[in-house]
Amino acid sequence: MLSIAGRTFRSRLFTGTGKFSSSQVMKEAIEASGSEMVTVALRRVDLDDPGDDIMRMLDREKYLFLPNTSGARDAAEAIRLARLSRASGGGEWLKLEVTPDPRTLLPDPIETLKATEELVKEGFIVLPYMNADPILALRLQDAGAAAVMPLGAPIGTNQGLLTRSQVEIIISQANVPVVVDAGLGAPSHAALAMEIGADAVLVNTAIAVAGDPVRMAMAFAKAVSAGREAYEAGLGTAGPDAAASSPETGLGFLR
Amino acid sequence: MNILCNGEEREIAPGTSIGVLLKDLGLDPDSVVAECDSRILKREEYDTFVLDEGAALELIRFVGGG
Repeated sequence: MLSIAGRTFRSRLFTGTGKFSSSQVMKEAIEASGSEMVTVALRRVDLDDPGDDIMRMLDREKYLFLPNTSGARDAAEAIRLARLSRASGGGEWLKLEVTPDPRTLLPDPIETLKATEELVKEGFIVLPYMNADPILALRLQDAGAAAVMPLGAPIGTNQGLLTRSQVEIIISQANVPVVVDAGLGAPSHAALAMEIGADAVLVNTAIAVAGDPVRMAMAFAKAVSAGREAYEAGLGTAGPDAAASSPETGLGFLR
Repeated sequence: MNILCNGEEREIAPGTSIGVLLKDLGLDPDSVVAECDSRILKREEYDTFVLDEGAALELIRFVGGG
């Protein structure tokens, strides 16, 4: 079973709660996904619509909330968001996200490392969102990150596991769980990440913007579970030369 | 008197506490965190923390996100 910072998870699919057409659809899709960890963001209260409270929609007995620091452009902003999260009752778990460039939303490695060091000192359980850089993964792990979350592709792009070879190196070196986060646009992308040995994946956009988010959540759950099963079963090696599946002997009667 | 609440000017009665303001805004104190002049307030302080003229108050809560 997957274990992060001493907590175990039956499901290896983590889900985001953003971009859904309604809170009700979000709730049903999260349920259908079987996820036990869901991400949330921190924003100013919309004073024109004060009743819209996500904390009322999701049962915190059932889901571990993983507040993110989305919107932070540097370490200082991320740390401020982390402290606000804890004060909001968000607990110690944190998806650290530092994205200075709104066009690419790519994570800043230096600010992410700085923020990880500080937040670990402050007692947070830090899961940093990072580019698929194996050296950075080691540095974050050494800084006390509870898991590392390399991207498959930029956030919200649905492009899949473009970073496969780098993620494979990260997986081969990591002592902490590797969660592929961002860019996974189809269940097959999630299955691939799991087949190569990722410990979990985090999916939001692909489920939230699907024609039927609840069914897509189920599809991702199956893909994640199938990919993990395949990884544990041990995949055959791929190579250029054909290898007959049927016996090559006993053909004397043909010629 | 005026304060800056979530970036917008808002008129409140002198002596208004965070707790009273949240009630006036229809907000459940358990669902928001208040940061006043860059200091995060504890929930226990909401009823005793009185807003000063010109205070910059941020009311933050969890929303859907990835």
